[in-house]
Amino acid sequence: MAKEALPVAAAAVSAPPLKREKPGPLEYMRRWPLQLMVGLTLFFLYLPLITLMAFSFNDSRRNIVWQGFTFKYYEKALNNDSLIEAFVNSLTIAFFCTVISVILGALAAVMLWRFRFPGKTAVEGTIALPIVVPEICLGVAMLVFFARVMPWPQGLPWPLNLGAITIAHISFAFPFVATVVRARLSSFNRELEEAAKDLGASEWRTFWDVLVPHMQPALIAGALLAFTLSLDDFVITFFTSGPDTITFPVKVYSMLRFSVTPEVNAASTILIVVTVVLTAVGLHMQNQKPKESKA
Amino acid sequence: MTEVSPVHTQADNPASPVKAKAIISFEGVTKRFGKTIAVDNVTLQVQEGEFFALLGPSGCGKTTLLRMLAGFEAPSEGRILIDGKDIAALPPNKRPVNMVFQSYAVFPHMKVSDNVAYGLKMDGVAGDEIKTRVEEALDLVKLDGYGARMPDQLSGGQRQRVALARALVKRPRVLLLDEPLSALDAKLRDQMRSELTSLQEKVGITFMMVTHDQDEALAIATRCAVMNRGVLTQVATPADLYEFPNSRFVADFVGSVNMFEGVLEKDEQNEAQVRCPELSAPVYLDHGVTGARGATVWVALRPEKIEMHKRTGEAPKMEDAPPGMNVVGGVIRDIVYLGSETNFEIELEGGRRVKTFRSNLTRYDQEDFTWDEPVWLAWHACSPAVLLS
Repeated sequence: MAKEALPVAAAAVSAPPLKREKPGPLEYMRRWPLQLMVGLTLFFLYLPLITLMAFSFNDSRRNIVWQGFTFKYYEKALNNDSLIEAFVNSLTIAFFCTVISVILGALAAVMLWRFRFPGKTAVEGTIALPIVVPEICLGVAMLVFFARVMPWPQGLPWPLNLGAITIAHISFAFPFVATVVRARLSSFNRELEEAAKDLGASEWRTFWDVLVPHMQPALIAGALLAFTLSLDDFVITFFTSGPDTITFPVKVYSMLRFSVTPEVNAASTILIVVTVVLTAVGLHMQNQKPKESKA
Repeated sequence: MTEVSPVHTQADNPASPVKAKAIISFEGVTKRFGKTIAVDNVTLQVQEGEFFALLGPSGCGKTTLLRMLAGFEAPSEGRILIDGKDIAALPPNKRPVNMVFQSYAVFPHMKVSDNVAYGLKMDGVAGDEIKTRVEEALDLVKLDGYGARMPDQLSGGQRQRVALARALVKRPRVLLLDEPLSALDAKLRDQMRSELTSLQEKVGITFMMVTHDQDEALAIATRCAVMNRGVLTQVATPADLYEFPNSRFVADFVGSVNMFEGVLEKDEQNEAQVRCPELSAPVYLDHGVTGARGATVWVALRPEKIEMHKRTGEAPKMEDAPPGMNVVGGVIRDIVYLGSETNFEIELEGGRRVKTFRSNLTRYDQEDFTWDEPVWLAWHACSPAVLLS
């Protein structure tokens, strides 16, 4: 009896460290359904992107089998004048679209938050319309509009020739800015505005000194949204661009029609890097002064 | 007992620090929001150097009155004068008043010193002068050395000091305070109370405060206005409000009170008598009441003004009242021991319950009385307040 009891006791002592504790009631990350979902999401979201980036370094005209490492296609992409032109066009359009969308969106948000006027609900609804209307419909509408109603003059010098696309982009990007800013404004303490006026600030100074600093995080977030929406928009741009106003996504599409070369991969990788870097910069700017974002 | 009459007012009090010069006057001011009347025909004068409190339950219109003074609301009727000038045409940024907001409204994206400097910058004050005045203001509210902090690095009490400094640095004619202490915890509130008073004495600026807390108003203000449903009910010093309320509303709102409905049976120059159905003995007063004989009146008796005696033998006689008056019998039904004092609830013979407080003068005082013990309650002839409305 005593002989047998000893190993049992020893096992009992050493057992707890080996056995992992059961997951707590709220520790979903330690149960298989959620782990599986996270795994699948990462797999389908990032694997294609990683493949694309990896094959941009592939030394082969056909994009299927790994042949060896090379920078050749980056060189080729950077020397492809029409590709670079499309890329510059895209960045230019995105820049103007961002600036104007942020101004328009912020003003629209302030108007909807601040004032009561007849037809406010209708305005609120129509502003959000471009978010819900299918892009293809917007694209066709824009095509008809710029062809018949308000033809954009042909042969204008760069960057004025990009006007039609820029206007189209602003029209669907600024509602996103307005929505983000409007949400931010609802946490604004009206007493701050009254305090500024009480201390002698005019309406205009109050707007710049109190309201704009409060909106700042939303303005940055809205700007990032507008920039990326414009940069990667294909559908609407496809309908509004002319032969000499090709943007990057449209150009990539036309290149794909011939063959999927690593040059496309290289160009796409550059675009991904540019967007990620810009987003990181934007987020960094937003986080730099966390005190400011607290109301 | 000093001789006091129920119509005792501020003007009778020679010790009052108030100079007789109206700095603010409301003349028949009414404010309507749609169909509701927030402020109803208020006429009120605040004197230079006063610490004036607007006291009332929430929704009584006191904040609206303050906001009209600051310029955030426009009166529907009537005039508001500062130093004798009608300020109706002035927007908030041009008025010689500054406000400390309930939420403090310290600009979260500015350093403490920039917050305080903001008003001066708006006025176009020169850079060096701004610097010295900001430092002075921060010194005044005991925040020297905090200039470089951001508001979220400050505690609630410190943020309030920033709001105070920011308003005071502009040297306004009147400083407005909207519920200044409501967001602080109890300990800090007591401290800020006395600091506000000493601050006001130091800067000599007229302060006007809105509060729903009667303790706060009594403790800080030199004069209070009690408002109820947009109407100014009584304007008086804190002591007068408490001891000589002019209506049931004021008596009940300011402090704790036992109220009895009764009939005025006798009303002479130097004495009056009220019979209350709920009290077994008549209430005798050593002063006259300006009311018609037979009129319905209310007797307000503060709990601390009721003496409690053990019921052994005869009823005690109050030396300033005829025998059998101002003394009633009852039984202790509830005892709440609060350390410094004990609160008792006594059931009278008719079933009415009455509150009374008793200071614990020695460490054994709280053992004197126990539950269900029969007692006598008695009060002096000058203690009850007789209210006609």
